[in-house]
Amino acid sequence: MTMTHTPQSSGGDVRLSQISKTYGSFTAVHPLDLTVPAGSFFALLGASGCGKTTTLRMIAGLEDPTTGTVELSGEDVTALPPYKRQVNTVFQNYALFPHLDIYENVAFGLRRRGVKSVKKQVEEMLDLVQLGPMARRKPQQLSGGQQQRVAVARALINHPQVLLLDEPLGALDLKLRRQMQLELKRIQTEVGITFVHVTHDQEEAMTMADTVAVMNGGRVEQLGAPADLYENPATTFVANFLGTSNLIEAEVVEAGGEDLLLRAAGTKLRLPAARCSASAAAGDKVLAGVRPEKMALAHADDAASVTDGHNRLPGRIKDASFIGVSTQYVIEAPGAGEISVYEQNITRDGRLIPGAEVVVHWNPAHTFGLDAAQSLLAGKTGAAGADLDEEAA
Amino acid sequence: MTATEAPAPPESDATEPPALRRTPTRKRLVPYWLLLPGILWLLVFFAAPLVYQASTSLQTGSLEEGFKVTWHLATYWDALGEYWPQFVRSMGYAGIATALCLLLGYPLAYLIAFKAGRWRNVVMMLVIAPFFTSFLIRTLAWKTILADGGPVVGALNSLHILDVTSALGITEGHRVLATPLAVVCGLTYNFLPFMILPLYTSLERIDPRLHEAAGDLYARPVTTFRRVTFPLSMPGVVAGTLLTFIPAAGDYINAELLGSTDQKMIGNVIQSQFLRVLDYPTAAALSFILMAAILAMVTIYIRKSGTEDLV
Repeated sequence: MTMTHTPQSSGGDVRLSQISKTYGSFTAVHPLDLTVPAGSFFALLGASGCGKTTTLRMIAGLEDPTTGTVELSGEDVTALPPYKRQVNTVFQNYALFPHLDIYENVAFGLRRRGVKSVKKQVEEMLDLVQLGPMARRKPQQLSGGQQQRVAVARALINHPQVLLLDEPLGALDLKLRRQMQLELKRIQTEVGITFVHVTHDQEEAMTMADTVAVMNGGRVEQLGAPADLYENPATTFVANFLGTSNLIEAEVVEAGGEDLLLRAAGTKLRLPAARCSASAAAGDKVLAGVRPEKMALAHADDAASVTDGHNRLPGRIKDASFIGVSTQYVIEAPGAGEISVYEQNITRDGRLIPGAEVVVHWNPAHTFGLDAAQSLLAGKTGAAGADLDEEAA
Repeated sequence: MTATEAPAPPESDATEPPALRRTPTRKRLVPYWLLLPGILWLLVFFAAPLVYQASTSLQTGSLEEGFKVTWHLATYWDALGEYWPQFVRSMGYAGIATALCLLLGYPLAYLIAFKAGRWRNVVMMLVIAPFFTSFLIRTLAWKTILADGGPVVGALNSLHILDVTSALGITEGHRVLATPLAVVCGLTYNFLPFMILPLYTSLERIDPRLHEAAGDLYARPVTTFRRVTFPLSMPGVVAGTLLTFIPAAGDYINAELLGSTDQKMIGNVIQSQFLRVLDYPTAAALSFILMAAILAMVTIYIRKSGTEDLV
């Protein structure tokens, strides 16, 4: 787990123990244990309705957990109302006070805690988010990006132990969102406060967070550093929700060595035993996963030139779309279904057009193994699935 | 109105035959056509009677000899000199009733807007339900409720509350009817929905997340109300108090049915001047004085509450 350590680290850690939330017969969050280390940038990632916002609201005190406890810096705050917790929230759509100007919005928390002279702090905070000249405007006179920065300033000025961000960038357009992602990351490194960020955008979570918890159906599917989650997804949901994965149904033929030998699509594949999260005795079914960018294509005529020891799958190009930096192919591989391959546009082989017979090949080290007892399609309905559809089209 | 000045899209100007070129002009006139029925209505039923009343107030004479416009402005002074206690009383009763409506109506409107959930429409219906009966019948019903031998007076008596209210001068002896209390109660009851509806409308527009945000920023529930909810509901408060105060100040039914001669409001005076004494100039002058007084008070009120742009 990577952690950004800053000298003036002032954040607190968050510890959720067996926390859950049910509404009537619907369970929004299943009993959940989660520790967010002090000073880290933590993202809760999942599709809408996965329980991430409910979890965040339970940390803020806006929702009472059905079971379990919330601890902030070692102190049990489960029973405390929001106004007694040292956490602040950046709300989705910001929830700025429309009757107060920007200055008073930012000063709100300080005034409620009886701080006498707020001027210096408010001005400093407005400078930090580059809104100094806007101090006397009303929220509705500001653009979405500016309102978002006011919401961050209004929360940060209170020096909370933990800053909670509920889809703070959801209402912004793509370009502004990218810019604000970097901005938030900069502010977080600067102030050293623990950030817990809720988002459905996997790219946003991976860009910003030190640690990402992928949630699905009220449970945490997997937790780890972005690169770790991406390279070693533990479930098909994570494999499909974070980026795109090719999942191939396979059967273990030989186990015991450094690599497992699998049979799939009428051919043999190798999978490093250490990268297989499922039990893998001979005869077990597993899913062999590979990221599309880890794969390469060779025309069937050049099959002999494929590096020795690479996994290979024969197939036919079904679709090819050129998107600048890469070309994305959809390969129809008998027995393995459709395989996505992203080829960097370095040297383009003119024969790789739809209908061409090809060999898909990749270094076995890039293969990961998953338990075959789960849906191949889990997580595809989310943002990643939509991306896939767009790219394939 | 600005929409009428917007130029027509250039391409339509260029491609359309000359016969249709007049469309922009016609479009410009549409808002005025739409205004016409309302303006006509106001001219016939508001402006004309107003002018007629104004001229009546400046006439002298009697029913037998006929009235003539003599620009007798002294009518105003005489009317004010004679009936100022009823003016003051009207403003007082209306003011107290408005304050009571606000005190009773705000919590109810708040409840409907934020806590009623799926009962919202049912409670709203209950608020409006009295309108299904006529104003007069409802006020008469209060006469029964507050009757001397009735359960309300009985209960208030046995609790010795009427002793206290009599000492304060708002009731007399052991009865409620024919006292200021009865009139104010009637006014409060009758105009309460006019307070609740605008309050509800403005409270309902407040994003509940603002409450959460205030709580998140260390505001206790009471502070959240004082700093966020109440300021944001000011348009409703202003609209509600105006909708209550203005008709209450001119009302005469409640004083007529629930009060005695000692609770006569200015509305009663105007009514009797018009219909019994048949002194039309004085009645018209009193009407104008009432209108001017209300206008002045409302103007000051709106200025003070600083919500000109919100109303």
